[in-house]
Amino acid sequence: MTSSSSGLLTGTRPAGEAPAPPRPSARRVRRGLKLVRWVSPLVLLLAWQVVSSAGLVSPRKLPPLTTVWQATLEVAGNGQLGDGLAVSLRRMFIGFVIGALIGAALGVFAGLLRWGDATVDPVIQMIRNVPLFGLIPLLILWFGIGELPKLVLIALAAGLPIYINVHTGIRHADPKLVEATSVLGYSRWERLLHVVLPGAASYTMVGVRLGVASSWLALVVAETIATDSGIGYMINNARDFLRTDIVIVGLLVYALVGLLMDTIVRLIERWILRWRAA
Amino acid sequence: MTGADTARVRGLVKQFGTRRVLDGLELTIRRGEFVALLGRSGSGKSTLLRVLAGMDTEVQGESVVDGRVSMAFQQPRLLPWRRVWRNIALGLRTDDPRGVARRALAEVYLDERADAWPGTLSGGEAQRVSLARALVREPDLLLLDEPFGSLDALTRLAMHRLVTQLWQRHRPAVLLVTHDVDEALALADRVLVLAGGRIAAEHIVPTARPRSVARQAELRARVLSDLGVDDHEAA
Repeated sequence: MTSSSSGLLTGTRPAGEAPAPPRPSARRVRRGLKLVRWVSPLVLLLAWQVVSSAGLVSPRKLPPLTTVWQATLEVAGNGQLGDGLAVSLRRMFIGFVIGALIGAALGVFAGLLRWGDATVDPVIQMIRNVPLFGLIPLLILWFGIGELPKLVLIALAAGLPIYINVHTGIRHADPKLVEATSVLGYSRWERLLHVVLPGAASYTMVGVRLGVASSWLALVVAETIATDSGIGYMINNARDFLRTDIVIVGLLVYALVGLLMDTIVRLIERWILRWRAA
Repeated sequence: MTGADTARVRGLVKQFGTRRVLDGLELTIRRGEFVALLGRSGSGKSTLLRVLAGMDTEVQGESVVDGRVSMAFQQPRLLPWRRVWRNIALGLRTDDPRGVARRALAEVYLDERADAWPGTLSGGEAQRVSLARALVREPDLLLLDEPFGSLDALTRLAMHRLVTQLWQRHRPAVLLVTHDVDEALALADRVLVLAGGRIAAEHIVPTARPRSVARQAELRARVLSDLGVDDHEAA
């Protein structure tokens, strides 16, 4: 048996025609390109350092990387960074959770019930067409310049994309699965829990990712306009004292936290949709 | 309805627009009987199943099923986001869903795939899960809508043996919709031909199980001619 099957293999494949793994040259090119992707950002950072430390640009406009690093240590050491970050993250969390819950609940309601759709959807579409940041003056007039207008803005930024995607996901529930499970005796509740909602999960996760990105942006804008705490406050404060280095630290923190949150949401998405990997 | 009948259909009419797909159809299925329903595509086979399953109520006439109905479809229609055993157990009212599901899976020789995602199953395996899911509901009437239509020939033969075995063990009445004459003759006690919106022909299959195609050549030719196919044309 063993000999005949190996004979078959050698018999059907002439020598020199071994099944080809990806050609080494092609693989080397791909790995090379992966390295090249790191080159241009590094060159940019290096140019930044050279230009500013050589005095070609005033450090007021663009301090050298080394100064930015020292500023990072400074704001981390005196508590400005930690306090600011804690306030900003708390704002983001509260606003996002409120917006996401309301958006998801309305999306389910409008997705499942025809009269829910008729009552909720037109209002949401109306709000969606008002530019979000254009609402800021109105929110300040209504809620003052405290926490409330910021939370409302963040919640709106999170809730709208989540509403739209949950609504779409539920509308796209596979009618064949719904039909099959009703013949098989699922209750309405079981059909919602095991057929309709899981079927909307991939759309929902797209909405969550958009919502996280959009509400983080809303946080940055809200904190830049009127605030006495948070990363935005640290940046505004630094601007008043012409501390460009601290402004840059603040921007880098915004960027890193945004990236980190997107990564976390992607991991959650991969876990929720793990059945797809199959 | 007498206690000996599981399903009875009288004067069933189903219209799509001006087209009458079912036109005064009469059908009785006895308890534990295996019936195959043949017909050309568009003859209303699946429509009849949907009416019996209670999925289509916009019809005229009478359609009564005495007992539980369950169904397996041409595509397995498993929930891709629930593991295999949950696909079987969901919708059941039982204290031990996992145990019930495992025993049902053992009957279709898939107990070791209980924790798999449906997406990892082959077409034949998925269809066996779908059968187990239908049977675990202990139906009095099992509706099979071309469940082997998308399987390869060898898998289909294995499924025929499995279905016969499960039917002999559980004894539900079965209504199998198919367009494969050989499949109908291999499985059923009675073969019906649906044409013009009614049962146009009926044949009792007298052959004892297990069956071989060769012994049924003459009956096969008669059923084919009821379907409007001459035997020399089909061969």
